[in-house]
Amino acid sequence: MAKETITVAAAMVKALEKENIKHIFGYPGAAICPFFDELLRSEIKSILVRHEVNGGHSAGAYARITGKPAVCIATSGPGATNLITAIASAHMDSIPIVAITGQVVSGLVGRDAFQEADITGACEPFVKHSFLVKNADSIGEVIKKAFYIAGTGRPGPVLIDVPMDIQKQEIEFEYPESVEIRSYKPSFTGNKLQIKKAAEALKKSSKPLICAGGGVIAAGAGNELKTLSEMCDIPVISTMMGIGAISTSHKSYFGMLGVFGVRTAKLALKECDLLIALGARMSDRSVTDSSVFDGTTVIHIDVDPAEIGKNAPVNIPIVGDVKRITEQFTEELAPMRHEEWQAALRRSKQANAEKAAEELRGRNGSYVNPKSFIKALCGVLPSKCVICSDVGSNQIWAANNVELTDEGRFITSGGMGTMGYALPAAVGAKTADGSAEVVALCGDGSFQMCFMELATAVQHNINVKVVVFVNNYLGMVRELQDNNYGGRRTMVDLSGSPDYLKIAEAYGIGGETVTSDHQAESAVKRMAESVKPYLLQVMVDSNERSLLE
Amino acid sequence: MKHTISILVENNAGVLARISGLFARRGFNIHSLAVGVTDDEKVSRVTIVANGDDYTLEQIEKQLNKLIDVIKVRTVKPDELLERELILVKVNCTAQQRHELISIAKITQAKISDISVDSMTLELSDNQPQLENFQELLRPYGIKEIVRTGTIAIQTGSASLRI
Ligand SMILES: Cc1ncc(C[n+]2csc(CCOP(=O)(O)OP(=O)(O)O)c2C)c(N)n1
Repeated sequence: MAKETITVAAAMVKALEKENIKHIFGYPGAAICPFFDELLRSEIKSILVRHEVNGGHSAGAYARITGKPAVCIATSGPGATNLITAIASAHMDSIPIVAITGQVVSGLVGRDAFQEADITGACEPFVKHSFLVKNADSIGEVIKKAFYIAGTGRPGPVLIDVPMDIQKQEIEFEYPESVEIRSYKPSFTGNKLQIKKAAEALKKSSKPLICAGGGVIAAGAGNELKTLSEMCDIPVISTMMGIGAISTSHKSYFGMLGVFGVRTAKLALKECDLLIALGARMSDRSVTDSSVFDGTTVIHIDVDPAEIGKNAPVNIPIVGDVKRITEQFTEELAPMRHEEWQAALRRSKQANAEKAAEELRGRNGSYVNPKSFIKALCGVLPSKCVICSDVGSNQIWAANNVELTDEGRFITSGGMGTMGYALPAAVGAKTADGSAEVVALCGDGSFQMCFMELATAVQHNINVKVVVFVNNYLGMVRELQDNNYGGRRTMVDLSGSPDYLKIAEAYGIGGETVTSDHQAESAVKRMAESVKPYLLQVMVDSNERSLLE
Repeated sequence: MKHTISILVENNAGVLARISGLFARRGFNIHSLAVGVTDDEKVSRVTIVANGDDYTLEQIEKQLNKLIDVIKVRTVKPDELLERELILVKVNCTAQQRHELISIAKITQAKISDISVDSMTLELSDNQPQLENFQELLRPYGIKEIVRTGTIAIQTGSASLRI
């Protein structure tokens, strides 16, 4: 391809096209206008969100569905700073986004100009890398590198800040075919000796366990995980980010571990003699007491060497692509059985299920039980669905009750726990894959942080479904105050909140209120059948807890 | 525990901010930081002396390696460490005291870099303990000003840190 003389803004658009970008989520302002003006001439669809943070979340969810970096765009100053929470959330959950911000003209940078913010500086702790473009000719290389860095190794957000005058400058442009960054060479294949060692250790183990983290999903290693678990008869638990890595109904799956996890998963972690931490960083949310690792052989497989030994002790570290390593590992192994171990975990799971059913029978019928509601929802949804969960008690209900097949996805803000994530995530997920049924499960507090995105869905015909669990409280914090602050509730009462059906109606969105368990299934069916966005306002007892004990 | 960490970095804008920010965020206190270009003008070498336990050191090395602009990281082992730091000290110095200060400079192998009616500026490049010593010797004259560059370090023997 020959070089052409175009503006940097036009080059940016060309670069995105070359990266096969189909949609961007953005919000305009003077400093990014040259770029948006050029974007008009492209096939790339621009989705105007209603707040930059939501554009970032939408791009994040889009990337999670496609497995490739997605793009969000904002203007300088407040537009850029509004993006920070989304960038930080993507960073925590290793999600590849490329965030592009306009900056004030180069000559004014550093002078506290109108709408100037040092966004590369502000985002430094939250990005995998960032670029402040100072040289117009570098734009192609910068964008190429940004996509490469965001999408390879441990994925993460990359920020590109482009001063307005540079966007307007003319350059001789040709998008580079490849990049070479000598200081960035993520490992892919796992060390063979380490893999052999791990296989030997597994052969000696009588109670092995796999803990699947978000890394399994990021690497697209679901099938490899399933093969390993089935061939070697190894039970699987997951972190919150790992939910859906294996079908939740798989006979060897025993749920989410951690502070808000299920008893069987915690028991499995405590009792196992060998743990394969697979793309899981074993954060403080997953493991509160590191003594659970005493006497356990830990095999830690992760693409990021910095995660190894950071939170959990490790005996056999293996660094590289989780999918590739799981394949390599499986090649070293022959079928084995752990019937007693699996049976013990199944008994525990059964006992807990009975206990939960017992609790349900004795409950107040004038509210909806959110846990059985989520089960009913999953029963109705097609197997190809994306459940986007918010943060709070509702996130825990969702995490512990979603039922997903191999095609289903669970998307939530794990590491950051960012309220207001579900709806913009649903918008992003549905945009990425229109053939999936996408539902946002929101808390009433969380929903009020992002419900302006209903407009985005309506404007761009993005058929997302929304469930708002109404308990009139910031429930999870209230529960914390009840447990740890002598019941002194403060700043958690959501009185004054609107009728969410009316909110939906104001946006031209249909919906209904669900007040009891027996209404749930039919309401969910109507929601699923709707060809337009639909909102269910689900009334939940404010005493409904998230902690299991 | 004190560690001396050598880092080769791409000579890009903002790289120093990234490195120092990382230390601050991960709770690693920097004693001194020195930076200069290498024989390859695109590559700078940063030497950081910092405090922290082994766990923190391991994390810091790994986190540094994750920075895209960082090419190589090496913590120099204490027994292979050749360290130097440059100090400039301006002391009060009357005409009568000049001879004393000249002999201190001779013994310590410091250089007299500047002199005025009532002051003298001495310059010494050495390792940290020697610099402390030097400072103590000068203190009685009345120190007007001290500037130190921060430690730079290289490994003894023929091994070298290169790209
Ligand atoms: C942006 C943000 N602010 C504050 C918090 C702290 N926080 C965690 S859960 C929670 C309450 C969530 O309330 P709601 O969305 O109503 O859900 P519920 O817990 O009632 O299900 C809060 C305030 C957070 N996670 N994110």
